Amino acid sequence: MTRPQRERVVLAKRRGARVIRTRVEVQEQTEVGDALVRGLMRAQLGLALRLAVVTVCAVALIPLALSLFPQLDDVSVAGIRLNWLILAALVYPVLYGAGRLYVRLAEQGERDFVRVVDGDR
Amino acid sequence: MTGAPLTAAALLAAALATVGIGVYGIRLSRTTSDFLVASRSIGPQWNAAAISGEYLSAASFLGVAGLIAKYGADALWYPVGFTAGYLGLLLFVAAPLRRSGAYTVPDFAEFRLGSARLRKVAMLVVVVICVFYLVPQYQGAGLALKTLLGLPVWVGPVAVGAIVIVNVVGGGMRSITFVQAFQYWLKLTAVAVPALALLALFLGDAATLSGPMPPTVQQQTTVTVETDVVVQVAEPAGITVTGDVDGARLDGARFPAPGQYTLSHGTTLTLAAGAATPVVAGAPSSGDDWLSSGRGLGGSHPLYQVISIIVATFLGTMGLPHVLVRFYTNPDGTAARRTALAVIALLSLFYLFPVLLGVFARQFVPQLLITGTADAAVLLLPSVAIGGGMGAVPSPVVSLAPVLAALVAAGAIAAFLATSSGLLVSIAGALSTDVLRGRVRDFRVAAAVGGMVPIPMALLASSLELSRSVGLVFAVAASTLCPLLVLGIWWRGLTSIGAACGLVVGGLASGAATTLAVVGGVDDRVLGGWPAVVVGYPAAVTVPLAFLTMVVVSLLTAGSRPPEVARIFARMHVPERLGMGIERLPRE
Repeated sequence: MTRPQRERVVLAKRRGARVIRTRVEVQEQTEVGDALVRGLMRAQLGLALRLAVVTVCAVALIPLALSLFPQLDDVSVAGIRLNWLILAALVYPVLYGAGRLYVRLAEQGERDFVRVVDGDR
Repeated sequence: MTGAPLTAAALLAAALATVGIGVYGIRLSRTTSDFLVASRSIGPQWNAAAISGEYLSAASFLGVAGLIAKYGADALWYPVGFTAGYLGLLLFVAAPLRRSGAYTVPDFAEFRLGSARLRKVAMLVVVVICVFYLVPQYQGAGLALKTLLGLPVWVGPVAVGAIVIVNVVGGGMRSITFVQAFQYWLKLTAVAVPALALLALFLGDAATLSGPMPPTVQQQTTVTVETDVVVQVAEPAGITVTGDVDGARLDGARFPAPGQYTLSHGTTLTLAAGAATPVVAGAPSSGDDWLSSGRGLGGSHPLYQVISIIVATFLGTMGLPHVLVRFYTNPDGTAARRTALAVIALLSLFYLFPVLLGVFARQFVPQLLITGTADAAVLLLPSVAIGGGMGAVPSPVVSLAPVLAALVAAGAIAAFLATSSGLLVSIAGALSTDVLRGRVRDFRVAAAVGGMVPIPMALLASSLELSRSVGLVFAVAASTLCPLLVLGIWWRGLTSIGAACGLVVGGLASGAATTLAVVGGVDDRVLGGWPAVVVGYPAAVTVPLAFLTMVVVSLLTAGSRPPEVARIFARMHVPERLGMGIERLPRE
């Protein structure tokens, strides 16, 4: 897809002119625009990877701990064995919490990006 | 069977409601965009309910409880993984996939890598995954109608196939959305109400699930073996057998000693009240084994099994075409993220109940463990446990049993219909836009063909437990579309040749394993059991293999990276507010 390079026609210097320039830079993939997009991607991927690693470690520790320390199997809370309590109930809030945290931080990251691009403070 | 008319009525009502809501949606469906992506107008709440409704298949509704009843603690990983998959989808796929503006997974492949040939490969993979996934749904339908109404096995697949084809041919994605959202709530009710009713019964019951013995039947029970099965008998007292045992004819005799016996087709076992139930060989027979983790799901190398289940289910959701296509119906990337989060909440709520039902099944209908048809547990629990006049059930509760049984039946049929509809929309979407010419008429033709093909397959394939065959499909998805999407979204270095090689290698490896496992598996005694366990649980091997192939081949063909990659990445990752998004639609 090759579109003609977009041109900015300036009748007078206005506040907000920078907004258009940065937007166009992102859209037209100039060097600055590309760097901005790479920065956004790196931030979002880093966030996702960190949350994934923490969650997987938390969840994967369960089978590992249970196979290394079989005596953990006999621990029970309110008549329910610990392994059942964790896998049948407690895992789910952890998964939801991780997802919720990600949505909040990812949206915040995007807002910051738009703010940089649109140049309002 | 008492209550059969009521059950039949409930089945009919659920099916009619499905068709009815679908017809309502048909009036809204006109354009190709309506059929493929509901014109991208579905908000997070509706979409999350629709995704959950579509996702909770026969495997979740029937299979999870059955596996837990049979194998115990390690089977809990299936529901956990089925839910955690959406966390992976949320973290790595949801928003960029939606922002790509694609309308099917093959379309995404072409958008990202600019290769029409890759698009065809991806289309093939989509169709294969969906057909593999449809087969256990149809089999579940056959099992359910047979268990509930005594109908021949072929009736279920044909009936479900017909209803689904009519619905999808009629209204495509627009009408399916309403149907599926309705079906989530129906399924939740159908699984929660019996589970809570049985919870009360269970808490009043003094028996315990732990201990060295297998579960015992609470009243005299007769079980007929329908397919040859090897059982583990822990305590022969109270069991009489009529039929072929280990090739010798027994007539009303006892098992001579504890041990493993092969029961032939047609054998009947009569268990006196209080007798210890024989269980299918390979499943834990004592209560203590069943309760503890690390025993696996039959066969050797239990820790590998668990890890492979985790890999398949955590990553497989990212590669399920019928789930991914629903994310294209969101208006933007933010809504796609919120949808995925809401799905995690809805699934977490749902899966509490199949787990409970699995525990109750071991307590109240242990005779199912003999024949290996544990998948029927959820269907039989209400009538056997509550209606069977067991223990101290007050009589008003007993009269509720047929109602609960009917409710469960309605939920089960909703499960088959919702998932099958979603799969069929995906098949039709991929076939109509990539093989045919993408008109509404092509979509309908593709849907009719795609819905009929799995019917004979469902009747011919030997059936594993439902959750296990669906788990295998997850392994195929995790070894093909998952690496394509994850690498395509986050790694600029992916090339179309690399992606195609990865799809082929991952697809062949996992597809071969799945086919072998469905046909009958590999003998457990070969090479220390490793071939058998890898074929039964391929994901831990095939997923890294697929990722590795894609990365290595892409690095070797780095010269063929698409030139527009910077713009493509900006479009996938930059928020819509900056106005870079372009919605793709099939050329007409």
